[in-house]
Amino acid sequence: MTAMIRVENLTKTYVLHTQGGVEIPVFAGVSLTAAAGQCLGLHGPSGSGKSTLLRCLYGNCKPDAGAIRVRHDGTEVDVASADPREVLAVRASTMGYVSQFLRAIPRVPALDVVAEPLRALGVPLEIARERAATLLERLRIPERLWRLAPATFSGGEQQRVNIARGFAAHTPVLLLDEPTASLDARNRAVVVELITEAKAGGAALVGVFHDDEVRAAVCDRVHTMRDRE
Amino acid sequence: MTPLLKVTGLTRMYGSRLGCRDVTFDLWPGEVMGIVGESGSGKTTLLNCLSARLEPTAGRVEYDTREAGMQDIYAMGEARRRMLTRTDWGIVHQNPRDGLRLAVSAGANVGERLMAVGARHYGAIRSQALQWLDMVEIDADRIDDLPLTFSGGMLQRLQIARNLVTHPRLVFMDEPTGGLDVSVQARLLDLLRRLVTDLGLAAIVVTHDLAVARLLAHRLMVMRRGEVVETGLTDQVLDDPHHPYTQLLVSSVLTP
Repeated sequence: MTAMIRVENLTKTYVLHTQGGVEIPVFAGVSLTAAAGQCLGLHGPSGSGKSTLLRCLYGNCKPDAGAIRVRHDGTEVDVASADPREVLAVRASTMGYVSQFLRAIPRVPALDVVAEPLRALGVPLEIARERAATLLERLRIPERLWRLAPATFSGGEQQRVNIARGFAAHTPVLLLDEPTASLDARNRAVVVELITEAKAGGAALVGVFHDDEVRAAVCDRVHTMRDRE
Repeated sequence: MTPLLKVTGLTRMYGSRLGCRDVTFDLWPGEVMGIVGESGSGKTTLLNCLSARLEPTAGRVEYDTREAGMQDIYAMGEARRRMLTRTDWGIVHQNPRDGLRLAVSAGANVGERLMAVGARHYGAIRSQALQWLDMVEIDADRIDDLPLTFSGGMLQRLQIARNLVTHPRLVFMDEPTGGLDVSVQARLLDLLRRLVTDLGLAAIVVTHDLAVARLLAHRLMVMRRGEVVETGLTDQVLDDPHHPYTQLLVSSVLTP
C-alpha cells in the first residue's frame, strides 16, 4: 500500500477579523492517510469540516498547524508549508480537485474547460480535446453545448463539466467534494464508474459523499469527522 | 533554475511620505504575480520601482539578464537598462495612450519595437506585425489605421501586441483592464490568460480588481499603506484570507 497523502495533526480555525475577531474552530489534530488504488471517504455531520479539510489538502485553505505530505514526483511535498509554485506543480501533475461548484471563466467553452488540465501537462490541443469530448459524452453533456461557455449551463450540467475536468488528467490523487450532489441516478452511476476506474488505475481518492449508496459503492475506508468541539 | 527577478528590501520614500516599504520576493520564469490593494496602497509605486522607472530609496531589484546573468537594474548603465526594457521586458500601461504612439499606424506601433532590436527588413516587420495583430484579435485591414480610430479595448490589445512582439520574458501590467467595459474586459482577460500561458511569460500585474487577479495571477501580494500584509497562492489568499485587511478586501467585493 503506497501512501499518497499523509495528513499529520492538522488544525484549522477560521478567524473572522471583519466580524469582531470571532474564532470558529473547524477541526484539531486530524491525521489520516490516503492510499494508492483506494478511495477514502470523509464522513461527518454538516459543519464538521469535511470541505475545509479537502480544501486544505488542495492548498486552497491554510491550516494553522500540522502537515499535508503529498507524494509528488518521487518525493513528498508538504502542501501546508510549500511555496505557491510548488503547490501549483503538485496540482498540475499530481492532484486534481472536483469542487462543489464550477468556477466558470468567461468565453472559455466547456470542451476547453475540460481539456485545460491536459493542456497544462503539455498534451497537444487535439488529443486533449478528444479526451475531453469522451468524458463529456460519458457524462451525457449534449454535444451542442461543448462549444459554449458553461456559465449559462444548469447546475447539474456545470457539475458534470467540473467532474469531467477533474477526471481528464488522470492525476494520481483526486479530491472530490460532493461530486454527485445534484445528479440524477444515471449520471451518479457514471461518476461511480469513473471513480472505480481511477482506483483501478492506481489513483488515491479522497471524497465527501452525501449519498450513502455512492459512498458504499466507492469508499474502501471512511474517516469520521467529529462535530466542532 | 534561478529566479528571473529578485527583489530585496525595496523601499521608496517621497520625502518623508512612504511609497512602499521593505518589499522582498523572488519571481520565477513563467510565474504571474498579482499585486492587489486599494488606491494609495503603494502598488503603482512598487511596480514603477520594479520596472526601472522609479529609483528606490533603498533595496535592490536584480534581473537575470540573457547576456550576464543576475544584474542590479539600477546599477547597470542607462543604455543597457533602456535596451532591457525595450526587448526582454514589456510594460502595459493602464491607459494604452501612454504606451502607444498615437501619430503612427497600428502596424508601425508594433513594428517599432522590432526595429528597436535591429529588425530592418520592411516585409518581415510588416508580416510579424500582421501576425501579432491577428493574435490580439485586431483585423488585418486595420494595420494602416491610426490608433486614434480604435476603441478602448482595441487600443489595449494593440498595446499588448506592441509589447509582446519582441518576445519579452517579463511583462509589467498596471491595471490592464481598468477603464474598459466588462464585456471588453472579459475578452481581454481571456486573451491575456492565453498569451501568458502559451508564451510562458512571467508577469507582475497590479490590479484593484480581485476577479482579474484570480484569473491571471498564480500568486498574490496584498498591499496596504505601502507594506505587504499577506502573500500566497492566489486562490488560497482569496478563499481563505488571514490578514484583517485582506478579509476586508475580499468581503467588500460585490457580486452581481
